[in-house]
Amino acid sequence: MSLTAANAGQLLSLMECGDASAVDVTQACLDRIAAHDDQIGAFIHVDAAHALAQAERVDARRTAGASLGSLAGLPVAVKDILCTHDQPTTCASRMLRDFHPPYDADTISRLRAADAVILGKTNLDEFAMGSSVENSAMQPTRNPWDITRTPGGSSGGSAAAVAAGMCPLAVGTDTGGSIRQPASFCGVVGLKPTYGRVSRYGLIAYASSLDQTGPLANDVRGAARLLQAIAGHDPRDATSVQVDVPDYTARLETPIADLRIGIPREYFSEGLSDDVAECVREAIDVLRSLGAQTVDISLPHLRYSVAAYYLIAPSEASSNLARYDGVHYGFRADTFDDMIDMYCTGRGAALGAEVKRRIMLGTYALSAGYYDAYYLKALRVRRLIRQDFDRAFEAVDVIAGPVAPTAAFKLGQFVDDPLSMYLTDIYTIGANLAGIPGVSLPAGVTTDGLPVGLQLLATPFAEETLLRAGRMLERETTWHTRRATLES
Amino acid sequence: MNRDPAASSNQPANDEWTIVIGLEVHVQLLTNSKLFCGCVNRFNPDQPNEQTCPVCLGLPGALPVMNRKAFQLSLKTALALDCQIAEFTKWDRKQYYYPDLPKAYQISQYDLPFSHDGFLDVELGDQPDQAQRIRIIRAHLEEDAGKNIHDESGRGRDSQIDLNRCGTPLLEIVSHPDIRSAAQARKYLEELKLLLTYLGVSDCNMQEGSLRCDANVNLHIPRGDEVVETPIVEIKNLNSFRGVELALEYEAQRQWREWQSTERRLGDVAKVTRGWDAERGVTFAQRGKEEASDYRYFPDPDLVPVTVSAEQIADISDTLGERPAARRRRLMSEFELNRDSARVIIDQGAEFAGYFEDVCGVCGAGPLTANWLTQDVLRVLHETKARITDFPLSADVLGELLTRIAEGQITTNSAREVFNSLIDARQQSGPASPEDIGRLIQERGLAIVSDQATIQPVIDAILAENPQAVSDFQNGKQGAVGPLIGKAMQHIKGADPKTVRQMLIDAMTG
Amino acid sequence: MSARLTVQDVMKVASLARLRLSEDELKSFTPQLARVLSYVELLDELDVSDVAPMAHAVEQQNVLRDDVARPSLTRAEALQNAPKTDGRFFLVPPVLTDAMESG
Repeated sequence: MSLTAANAGQLLSLMECGDASAVDVTQACLDRIAAHDDQIGAFIHVDAAHALAQAERVDARRTAGASLGSLAGLPVAVKDILCTHDQPTTCASRMLRDFHPPYDADTISRLRAADAVILGKTNLDEFAMGSSVENSAMQPTRNPWDITRTPGGSSGGSAAAVAAGMCPLAVGTDTGGSIRQPASFCGVVGLKPTYGRVSRYGLIAYASSLDQTGPLANDVRGAARLLQAIAGHDPRDATSVQVDVPDYTARLETPIADLRIGIPREYFSEGLSDDVAECVREAIDVLRSLGAQTVDISLPHLRYSVAAYYLIAPSEASSNLARYDGVHYGFRADTFDDMIDMYCTGRGAALGAEVKRRIMLGTYALSAGYYDAYYLKALRVRRLIRQDFDRAFEAVDVIAGPVAPTAAFKLGQFVDDPLSMYLTDIYTIGANLAGIPGVSLPAGVTTDGLPVGLQLLATPFAEETLLRAGRMLERETTWHTRRATLES
Repeated sequence: MNRDPAASSNQPANDEWTIVIGLEVHVQLLTNSKLFCGCVNRFNPDQPNEQTCPVCLGLPGALPVMNRKAFQLSLKTALALDCQIAEFTKWDRKQYYYPDLPKAYQISQYDLPFSHDGFLDVELGDQPDQAQRIRIIRAHLEEDAGKNIHDESGRGRDSQIDLNRCGTPLLEIVSHPDIRSAAQARKYLEELKLLLTYLGVSDCNMQEGSLRCDANVNLHIPRGDEVVETPIVEIKNLNSFRGVELALEYEAQRQWREWQSTERRLGDVAKVTRGWDAERGVTFAQRGKEEASDYRYFPDPDLVPVTVSAEQIADISDTLGERPAARRRRLMSEFELNRDSARVIIDQGAEFAGYFEDVCGVCGAGPLTANWLTQDVLRVLHETKARITDFPLSADVLGELLTRIAEGQITTNSAREVFNSLIDARQQSGPASPEDIGRLIQERGLAIVSDQATIQPVIDAILAENPQAVSDFQNGKQGAVGPLIGKAMQHIKGADPKTVRQMLIDAMTG
Repeated sequence: MSARLTVQDVMKVASLARLRLSEDELKSFTPQLARVLSYVELLDELDVSDVAPMAHAVEQQNVLRDDVARPSLTRAEALQNAPKTDGRFFLVPPVLTDAMESG
């Protein structure tokens, strides 16, 4: 079996029984990157020697009989928004092009403790703002299934890397759908944990009350393993919760009996493309065939989610990104008249258009005279959205639906129309506003051969439910085994 | 309209205007670590940028976590200032750009500060029972910024930024504009410093920057039936208590002159900021801030709210102990001290006052004890740079010594001799005990001898040896007795001079 | 208000946010931002006056840490990303006013 077509569990078995070394596995990934990433553009930074050195250390310790972490020898790609002290962390922005954090994010520390091989840093929309990676200041990323299309965003690099067989596992972040939507567009598993499940320490902030780090993988069990390694309370993050982390893989093979699936009537309206609707319905039918029951539910405030999000997230972002002033780190302009000019010129030159637009939206929404009508109002609507979910989950275990209105769109489709791009977040945004977990599962392809994801949402800290339901779907279908064909 | 809350108890300096002052004080809290991170909280200007971490540097990805002790010290202070404590409090981001503020926002408190509506009583003049109540609007907890060191040479060189101080916990205490004189402003600061040092909350050292003060000041000018107010001026860059007083005095005169020439009233112009130039003794207009700042406050999403229960409040209230102002008044009434002595003792801190009370407990003589503490004991402490807790003589020992004076057993000079010996001896022989007092007195024959049986023979001998002095005295020259006292004292160590004198006189006149 | 968002409004906000925009950006951003602001007015359909704002996704309280000093970064680490430094301080051009604030 090709190492780069294998999933995490298969690779672990191979390494454990000695049929492959960690170096073999990492080398296979590096070879694939070398062969195809010029075209795909998933990675911003790969340090091959450094990756192999990590793999060598794992092999040496295995030979010596030392105990190894749960991800030992597994190559993991990391979205370039998590601080790594040994590699640059750019957020795909000119502002941080030369930024070398003097510390590791909590997620990175946990990956190292699990003996993962951190392969490199993947591309994203600048500061995680976008749904297509077209806002990256470094390079575009192309969807491995169709290189004229976007892989989705903002974790497009991570999703493309997994879909292209460059690594079995990747880490992304999700603020309004940025793990789930690229996972859907690229035909891989992508999970956004409950807010507070994974530490945000070292995750460069976009919208603090919405950001969450989560796993992408080419199979459900891989996502479960990765989640296991990075979940947990961190005293350095005051929003990190002290809830026990269950064993996400223990009962993965056990189907959920009498699974109740809520289908919001508001999901299947105009705007949802037919082929996506068909894939989603078929996936739900598979679950029904396994004994799941579907229940008609309502999320009456769904239609306000995008508006609420695009007031809250830019407001928080305008504040989180104010620190990029070129004083202590980051890009500083060469010529300027005075201090204020230094700030304005530097930020103007080093921040991209979408970032600037969101900063301005947020600045406006927080400014005197507008705060109550915009920001505060959005926070109230947020509670209504949360209450919709709370009510729905009284009757169901999971809520199912599409991840995005369409499959992967063409590069350049929304370049002049940010609002239309925002509207495509309609299905994913609610989970971020409410803080609940959600997963995108491969659910077949459209007639054009483009992947479509099934989204499942659950109550806080019910990631296990999402993973088990995902495994139920996987066992009955072969969607997750399909791989994008890459030209050499 | 008269808004002065306590005008009757503090006459304005003149009949033409009343000065109205509100003070905004920032104190750095005495915690081990900074407010939101584990960097050490220590004043360290000599080693710039060695006390920072991703959090206080504002690096991308870093997150704040609230220091429990900082919050407790803040609660303690607010309760000592009789403030109301909010059951539910949160932190907000105050957003502005400045090179010493790395996140481009300060984590502070906006609309739900953890405490509000308290007061501090400040004594007026020399009347201990008359205090002006200065109301406190609010006290809240926020982080400090770093330090921006300008190039003073005027050659336009780069400014230097040191972030060691960034993230230090600050308690901001805002008073109502209840203060009615520059001297009272200074007293307010002194009382605040006393209280906060007593509580162990802050050093309140203006020179080191652990207490900073901005003053808001204007004049109220009676004009016929109305009271006109001049525009409010904010004075910054005050760096000593005396400076605050001088600046306010200067500013009052300046505003009076300005009123006379412009008649500008409150509301005619925006609030103006002036700096205090201590060298030239003037306030000066500061550039910048032409428009009001929009800080775009919003709740910090990285920090969760804090709740305070009635139980917690009660627990902390119980630990407050007697406040220094109250203790000062009690020393005066219970121990018969005058105001100055009481103040000096209280100003040395709670432990020193405790030592005073313990010594008094033994010897029962308040003023005597106060003299010894404020002179002899303090002298030793200053010379050895020690605190009262390290003082070689325990309260029992000093109390015993002072008892001997109070009972007339030894003279003050002799007592000093004993005092100094015990202090010097401490190095060799360990702590003294009250028995050592008696022993030393005896060894050195320091006991005042006043029994007639011992003295009489010496009197007789002196008189016999000095017939001329005797006859001089008997012939009306009162002063002749003086040398005789001296001679007699040489023969009787520790003689009580009053007794000797009386006995000589009796013998010469009898 | 939003539908009438003018170039001047955008310039004012950009200045508050310390962003220099080119002429082209001003021209293209203004209608784009106006459209978004117009869209979010959708929220005006709702009467939320008695709904408490939800600022946090997980509503916990009282997360406090013990007052223990921990090692800091070395000075070299603290300065390692500084655009301009003299090895001890971060250096910035001289500030002309004593307190520069947004606005």
